[in-house]
Amino acid sequence: MFGKGILKGLRVTFIRYWNTYWDDIVWLFQGKKRYNTPEGIAHRSSSKTRGIFTVQYPEEKLLLPEEARYIPFLVFNEKPDGGKEVLCTSCGICAKVCPPQCIWIVRSNDPQTGRPVPEPTEFYIDADICMNCGFCAEYCPFDAIKMDHDFEIASYSRNVYNMEKLLKPSSYYQSIRPENFAREEADRKAKEAAKAAKAAGAAAAPAAPAAS
Amino acid sequence: MTAPASTLTVDLVARFPGIVTAETRPNFAGFIVEKDKLVEVATAIRDEFGFDLLTAVTGVDYHPENKMEVVYHAYKTTGGPGLVFRVQVPRVDPIEVPSLIEVYPGADLQEREAWDLLGIKFTGHPDLRRILMWEGYEGHPLRKDWREPFYEEEFKPFKSRWPDGKFYMAEEKNPLQDNLKFPQNFDPEKWIPEGDALLYGSLARYTTKDESGMGTDRIVVNMGPQHPSTHGVFRAALTLDGETIVGLKPVVGYLHRNHDKIGERNTYLQNMPFTDRLDYFNSMSNNLGYAIAVEKLMKIQVAERAEYIRVIMAELSRVQNHLVFVGMLLNDLGAMYTPALYAFEERELILDIFEEVSGARMMCNYLRFGGVVRDIQPAAMQKIKNLVFDRLQAKTDEMERFLSENEVLISRLKGVRVVDAETAIKYSVTGPVLRAAGVPYDLRRADPYSVYDRFDFDVCTRQNGDMMDNYLIRIDEIRQSLRILEQAVKQIPEGPINSQKPAYQVRVPAGEAYGRIESPKGELAFYLVSNGKPNPWRYHVRPASFVNITCLDQMCIGTKIADFVALLGMLDIVMGELDR
Repeated sequence: MFGKGILKGLRVTFIRYWNTYWDDIVWLFQGKKRYNTPEGIAHRSSSKTRGIFTVQYPEEKLLLPEEARYIPFLVFNEKPDGGKEVLCTSCGICAKVCPPQCIWIVRSNDPQTGRPVPEPTEFYIDADICMNCGFCAEYCPFDAIKMDHDFEIASYSRNVYNMEKLLKPSSYYQSIRPENFAREEADRKAKEAAKAAKAAGAAAAPAAPAAS
Repeated sequence: MTAPASTLTVDLVARFPGIVTAETRPNFAGFIVEKDKLVEVATAIRDEFGFDLLTAVTGVDYHPENKMEVVYHAYKTTGGPGLVFRVQVPRVDPIEVPSLIEVYPGADLQEREAWDLLGIKFTGHPDLRRILMWEGYEGHPLRKDWREPFYEEEFKPFKSRWPDGKFYMAEEKNPLQDNLKFPQNFDPEKWIPEGDALLYGSLARYTTKDESGMGTDRIVVNMGPQHPSTHGVFRAALTLDGETIVGLKPVVGYLHRNHDKIGERNTYLQNMPFTDRLDYFNSMSNNLGYAIAVEKLMKIQVAERAEYIRVIMAELSRVQNHLVFVGMLLNDLGAMYTPALYAFEERELILDIFEEVSGARMMCNYLRFGGVVRDIQPAAMQKIKNLVFDRLQAKTDEMERFLSENEVLISRLKGVRVVDAETAIKYSVTGPVLRAAGVPYDLRRADPYSVYDRFDFDVCTRQNGDMMDNYLIRIDEIRQSLRILEQAVKQIPEGPINSQKPAYQVRVPAGEAYGRIESPKGELAFYLVSNGKPNPWRYHVRPASFVNITCLDQMCIGTKIADFVALLGMLDIVMGELDR
């Protein structure tokens, strides 16, 4: 029959249409909200979803996975007295590995000796040039620079971020990437324990290495 | 399967004594051909030795040695290793190399590219105009002594960034006037673009007989660059006789950013995120091609688990690319948006997986030399399984139910010739278009890379080479990709995900490498020359889209203008890759 293919296709569209509202009705009877709730958004972006797919941005936002990456930020630990312990040592690896070369670091120097101090005086990221590749966070040996989740940075001017804008507390980092944070903390603790054990061992047997 | 023969079985030196010499540089392969005999040797390579598919023509500027080189990579469509032959000429203008367009018509656009970017004149080329830059542009931007506006240093990382990185905007220290080259006595007020005259002049050589004897005028129509159906900023200058296309020239370069030059300024690792931006639908495939090229140079093994992850990612991106192709094709044909949005739903779910494993939906930057950047977490693996085993199969069936029997679609697609096998091979067309014409040439089988030789799948072919076949082969390939995915997901071993230690600068020994993969759009290849320094000496992308449009005029001439949009859609071009 001529036109059978078209009817077949129309059946597909009709089923899709039906599914969209059917799921709404099912959720309604289950007493769950399908819109404007994290649960609903998660369902609508899972492989079980049927029918319509849309997430109504900006009222609703897609749930970001932990690894989602956007413009980097610098991590600092909050000191008990309210000060900031910046983890960056201005080693410059992030600036060297940055593909579009958008990271600018001024290393601190000790005013008396002139020797470099492991702390940046200034740290700039030209967020307009940043390509969000995540290399800086990946290769930072001190876990001092991390990729952010905040993607709403549209502005009327150029986005050049300085230290003030870049520094975010480690609690924020923990909140956006709990698994990564836990893994890094565990690594750090293990390293410290190993160091302490080594130091204890060296203190217990100070003569042994000299003899060998 | 083809025999794993080495290129040495082809003894060009014995066949052409005194004309061809074997390459002697360490880690370089192939033969050096005398310039004057190039056409003769190439004819023999094609006809006697059977290397019928010329995939890449690459110019290399050896500035310190004061010579230019053109490297040709030829392969057999029956599979197996390729043949590399090259011509070396002194680097004194005019640099002239005979054109191979008579032997391999597929060299057309690539020779124009080499002329444009490196200033190598191909004598005998009928239409040697610039292609990516505009006519009237001064200089050849891939030459080693050429410097871009805002030039800062020869190689990254730039010294101004650390340890005394006082921020400044590039235009503050480097005003626009610097580094811009103009022809002598150039006055922008009086400049008249000469490119258009050349372009239309080149179109004028298409002639058709006027059978009725009546004097009829032809009309030149510019499709694009701002045209919804050209998939970006692609422009085709068409000559029409009534409604029939009698001449066609693609005009590209609107998105040109000199990717190759950026790549030569970058370190090897820094290129990885830049490859994402080539074919932005398939950044995972682009990563894979580049990683394979560098790994060939570094001679390193890839971690076992990482190989499987790479295959999973590459095949997922093929699935979503082909789905989007189907959707966009229907868009081009006038079935505005319902099929495209159905396709985008599945793509959305695949991109969610990409985001979960790599951190970004499109610009994944997921592969590293020797492996991948991070493991697939169990939750993400479960998502992949759900998609592969439950959803995508059913959705592909649904797509077919939705479209494949639709009478309107069939009458629009069936019997409209795209390209036949012989022309496709001549014009170096690769990918689904070639296979739809009946040539079972798929690099995953013809020249296996990664772990594709462990999977059970068929190379899809169709026989007619018409638009319907080109549409159906995409559906076939989705099914085959799902087959591979099912096996890969089941077989994936545990273990480390990178064979190398993480390093932000890799050591790459001197030499050359040509890494190629079957990207969803055709053969994607990276040609790299290393001199042992942290930055590649030559970084050349052989994009599938760019080489495939060499054939566009063959496809379109003689058809109606209404079919042009669909024919262009068949090639599945992406301007990010085409213009680089």
